[in-house]
This record gives sequence, structure tokens and C-alpha cells, in this order.
Amino acid sequence: MSYLEIDHVTKLFPAVEGAGEVCVFRDVHFKIEQGEFVTMVGHSGCGKSTLLNIIAGLERPSAGGVVLEGREIRQPGMDRMVVFQNFSLMPWMTVFDNIRLAVRAAHPDWRRTRVDQFVQRYVDMVGLGGAERKRPAALSGGMRQRVGLARAFSTEPKVLLLDEPFAQIDALTRGVIQDELVRMWTASRSTVFMVTHDVDEAIVLSDRIALMTSGPEARLAELVDVKLPRPRSRAALIDEPEYLRLRGHILGFLVQGARPGPGQGRGGVAPREPENYDRFPRGYPAAPLARTASQA
Amino acid sequence: MRRDRLRVIGVSALLGLAFLLLWQGLAGLQPAGRGIPGPLPVAATAVQMLAHPFYNNGPNDKGIGLQLAASLGRLGIGWVVASVVAIMGGVVLGLSPTLYRAVNPYVQVLKPISPLAWMPLFLYTIKDSSQSAILVIFMSSLWPTLANTAFGVATIKRDYLNVAAILQLSWWRRLVTVILPAAAPAIVAGLRISIGSAWVAIVAAEMLIGGTGIGYFVWNEWNNLALTSVIFAILAIGVIGVLLDSALGRLSRRLAYTE
Repeated sequence: MSYLEIDHVTKLFPAVEGAGEVCVFRDVHFKIEQGEFVTMVGHSGCGKSTLLNIIAGLERPSAGGVVLEGREIRQPGMDRMVVFQNFSLMPWMTVFDNIRLAVRAAHPDWRRTRVDQFVQRYVDMVGLGGAERKRPAALSGGMRQRVGLARAFSTEPKVLLLDEPFAQIDALTRGVIQDELVRMWTASRSTVFMVTHDVDEAIVLSDRIALMTSGPEARLAELVDVKLPRPRSRAALIDEPEYLRLRGHILGFLVQGARPGPGQGRGGVAPREPENYDRFPRGYPAAPLARTASQA
Repeated sequence: MRRDRLRVIGVSALLGLAFLLLWQGLAGLQPAGRGIPGPLPVAATAVQMLAHPFYNNGPNDKGIGLQLAASLGRLGIGWVVASVVAIMGGVVLGLSPTLYRAVNPYVQVLKPISPLAWMPLFLYTIKDSSQSAILVIFMSSLWPTLANTAFGVATIKRDYLNVAAILQLSWWRRLVTVILPAAAPAIVAGLRISIGSAWVAIVAAEMLIGGTGIGYFVWNEWNNLALTSVIFAILAIGVIGVLLDSALGRLSRRLAYTE
């Protein structure tokens, strides 16, 4: 039995216009092992953030389910912390109080001094010492996401869910914070599921990359193993042939293969073009596709 | 910045002076001893009243300080109780879209009713004029805070509630650490409107119930034809109104946040 299983999850939303429902993604199935860093890559609208919210328990799947350590996820919980694209810090609280809110929630029985010491440790870990008393509005995007990461890691969650965490951070700071993320992840050995549309980011950080086809009616097309040794340095990776191969492969998929097939209009249930099998043979989940073909 | 400020103060002072001159001029046109008193007699009365604000010579002869204190006391009780009720009700309505929409028609009907219109009902049911006045204040303070709180809570960013859900905060901690602070700017805006309308209502309510209070004082001085006292009382009402508003303005600046 695997650690975290996304078990044939389908998500339908009510159609914006008219009756009926629009299928965001269908029959997404994969497993994540404990301590693994898995990233989902896909175009906007493929439902990757929706899937992340389903794992977080903030949304319910229309079909299928998510199982963590043998138990189905039905609601949000402290074992799955989310780092949001827009940081989602409480703007009326200081940096310190934002992290403190999480630590207190994780350890309701701790005394105040112990909570504060613990919070300070995470403040220092992300290099925010001196900014504890500032409010988020006074910080740059990079600093704010450091608070977001500190808040998430400070509860020592089993699973960390990162929803395009670096999308709103400038490119130079992004690399630094990614390194901090890897450092904290390595120290905590928590399991990470990240969602992004940045291919380089996905390769540098992940053990495996899940590729989604475009929505609506998106599907998991392929799980790519990233067999690059850790620790990974961005500078060294640029000349690494495996890195370039992965990068070319994923970019190629996003440009070509992620397109919806002909006849796959908005909201329609479309048959899958069988040639996609040949294009991305490695790790291709055959069973779900076969099932859809019979449905169509 | 500083020069702008000086200019504003200068223009403001000039306007005030112009008003006083106009007032003096109009008062001077009238035959002596009749008509509206000018600023000088009013100032004389003001000095006299402020010299002994808290004297008490029986029910119909009390210092202006005592009268204002009586009004502020009623305002305080009515407004605080109404605010607590309105904030609690507003949170409940704000968190439940169904309830919000179900209750909204009633609120819309009740909101435009002058709080004084309730007075006969209150007098009939509780048979105590002072408590009826407090209930009038309660009615006048209720709706702005209720509506603003409900709106503020209903428009809290989903993300904050998601964080609270992930952290599995108890409903009490969710209320105190997330919902109330997030809606605080809207709530305080409601409190500020309601304390203003309560201060407006108290004067009229006290004219009706008599006894003590600045409203009763105005009416009593009118019966005495002491117009200088009436005018001074009017000014005092305005000044207290400004002080109440600026106190809540300070509170609102403290609770404001930028995202």
C-alpha cells in the first residue's frame, strides 16, 4: 500500500453557461511514496490546483478519492499543510503571529514560551530574523512566501501541498527560496506534492513529474522520473544531458501533446486519439484511458 | 505638507470668523431683547455654564456636564448592548448565505424606521421612560453595525478561511483570530455610523421622556426662553458628536490592514 494515493479522481464543475457539468479532469490516478517530491505540470485550466485542493480536503472530488496512510481524505487537516500562490498570510498579523497561529494549532498543549521558541526557530530558518514584528504588507513577495513556507513546515505536516508557490516571486529570489524549500524538505522528510507550470522548477525540485493534458477533460498523461542526483545545483544542471533531455521532453509535451484532441470541445466527452499512446509510452497509465475509450 | 496644513487652518479660521460676523450682524439687526441672540451673549452663557458644569439644584436645574453625562450614559449602555448583539448577529448572517438572504428583507424593512417610532411601544411595554430611551438608542445603533458586520464577514477572503480550516481552529479561535480581525474594518465602519445615529436619536428621545439629558436640557431651556443656553447646548452636542466619531476613527485606523 502506498503512502498517498490519488485514486481515480474526477472533478466536475457546474457549467458556467446553461445546464450540465464541465469535467475539469477525469480519472487521475497515481501514487506518491513517503518522503517523495512529486510535481504536477500542466497548462492553466487542467485542474492541477483543483486536484491539490482535493488532496488538501478543501474541495471534494466528483468521483474517486484520495487516500493518505490508508485513510480517505474528507476534510482539511493539519497533516496536510498548503503553501498558497498568493501566500494567504493573515494581513492583520505580524510575521511572528502568522507562524505562531499554526504552531499553536499544532501544539495546543504547549506553553507560551515553548511555542514562541519554536516559532523563532522557523523564523530564523527562513532568514526572517529581524522582520518578526512586520506585517506581510511590508514584505516583498519572496519574504512573504518565506513566511508561508515557515508556517507550513512549522506544523511538521505529513504532506506539504505547494500550489504554484513561486509564481508571484521574482526570478532571482525564486531560486534562493527554492533552495530553502529543498533544505527544509530534506530536513523534515515530509512528502511534497507541488503544482506548477514552470518546467525548470519542476525538474530541479522533483523526484517525479506528473504531466497533465490540457483541460477541460484533462488527464494524467505521464509520470516522468527525474533521475538527477541530489543535491542539485542549478549551475551544474545546465550542462547535464539528462536535465536537457527531461526539459526537452516535458516542453515538447506541453507544446504538442498537452493539446486536447480533435473534437474535444468545451465540456464534451471526447474520444482519445490512440496515437498519443505511442508518443509518450513511458509510464503511460493505460487502464484509465482504456476505460474512457469504452465510455466514448 | 506643512504649508498645506497651515493653509487649511487659515481658511478654516477665516470661514469661522466670517460666520461669527454674519451671525453678529444678523443678531444686531433685530430689536434688543428679541430674536436670536448673537455670539457674544452665547459666549457669556458658555463661560458661565462651563464654570460650573456639574452643579445640581434639583430636577430642573442641573449643570450641562451632568446633562451630557446622563445622555452619554444612556448612549453608552444602548450602543454597547446593540453593538454586541449586532456583531454576533452579523457574524452569523455573514457566515450563512442562506440565512443572510432569508433575514435581509426583514432588516431592510426595519432599517428605515426612525428609532423614535418605537418609543410608544417601549413606553407601553416596559413602563419606564429612561429605559425606553436606552432602547431607542439600541434600535438606532443596531442596523448599521448588523449590516456592516454581515457584509464584512460574508466578503472575507476565502483563503483566510481555508487557512483556518487547514489549521483546524476551533470555532472560537476561528472567530477571534480570523473572522473578527478580517471583518474588523467593516465592523468598525458600522459602529461609527451607529454611534453617530445614536447620538442624533438620543437628543430627540430625551426631549420626549424628560428628566435628564442634553435633549431634555435643550427642551427645558426652550421652555425658559433661554435661547443662549439652547444655542450653547446645540454646540455642545456637535462637539461631543465629533469626539465620539474621532474616537472610533482612531479605532478604525488601528484595526485597518493592507493585504
